[in-house]
Amino acid sequence: MPSYLFWILSALMLMGGGAVIAFRNPVSSALSVVACFVGLAGLFIGLSAFFVGVIQILVYTGAVMVLFVFIIMLLDLKDEEKAAKPLLPIAAGVVLFVVFTVQLIGVLSRSPNKIAPDLSAKTLVLAANSFPPTSKIATTLSQGKLPDVHLIGHTLFTQNNLQLQILGVLLLVATIGVVVLSKRQAD
Amino acid sequence: MATLNDYLLVSGLLFAMGLAGVVLRRNIIIVFMCLELMLSAANLSLVAFSRFNPAPNGLPDTNGQMLVFFVVTVAAAEVAVGLAIIVALYRARQTIHTDELTSLKG
Repeated sequence: MPSYLFWILSALMLMGGGAVIAFRNPVSSALSVVACFVGLAGLFIGLSAFFVGVIQILVYTGAVMVLFVFIIMLLDLKDEEKAAKPLLPIAAGVVLFVVFTVQLIGVLSRSPNKIAPDLSAKTLVLAANSFPPTSKIATTLSQGKLPDVHLIGHTLFTQNNLQLQILGVLLLVATIGVVVLSKRQAD
Repeated sequence: MATLNDYLLVSGLLFAMGLAGVVLRRNIIIVFMCLELMLSAANLSLVAFSRFNPAPNGLPDTNGQMLVFFVVTVAAAEVAVGLAIIVALYRARQTIHTDELTSLKG
């Protein structure tokens, strides 16, 4: 990814993140989160993680944030905007942000830096040797393309199969939990 | 080309923003959104590490992206349950202001 694209997407992401905190209206905050996640998905795609970028758009901006906006509209929170801002939490938040940022810059300035390793067509063709020659991954790699979804699927179903099933159970439990929680309790 | 530290800096800044938002906002829905920001910031570091520390065959390390996949799924489940709790809370108390939820205060 070219450098200017990285900085544009990062700026979009960070401005979205800042706007979430700055806006008084919850709907504006929710839409800022959407802007932030779109920038983040762009960064993922720039890092050649196409599957994760698409998941970020589909799951986060598509499903999760729509759910947030839906709940905000359901609760009808108009009077929240007029509430007076106490000074102490704002000061605490700003101090926390500054301390964290200084710490981060301190650590990063002393940790070894890395430039992105080569991911050109030549590397991809070479990497095809580590997969069975007739497999879909190997044929796509030998064409000089990165079969991102196939690689993730390969890792998911060969190395993380148990975790995937646990995740399925978690989603089932969450679904049942939501139904139980949303049911109107008998008085 | 952006280096690994650039990505980690941006990801850390987003995390710090989420953390500051959790501390300074009083609206519980916005606190929840800021939690999502923090999870996404962690995801950005994971993807950056997967790209900058390739597997032995030279491809990005898919284990990092796997972890992102799991985080996204768990976050989706967490949002569903959390928002259901917020709706139940609103039904019981008619408020989602964290200052007014003081029944656990001694």
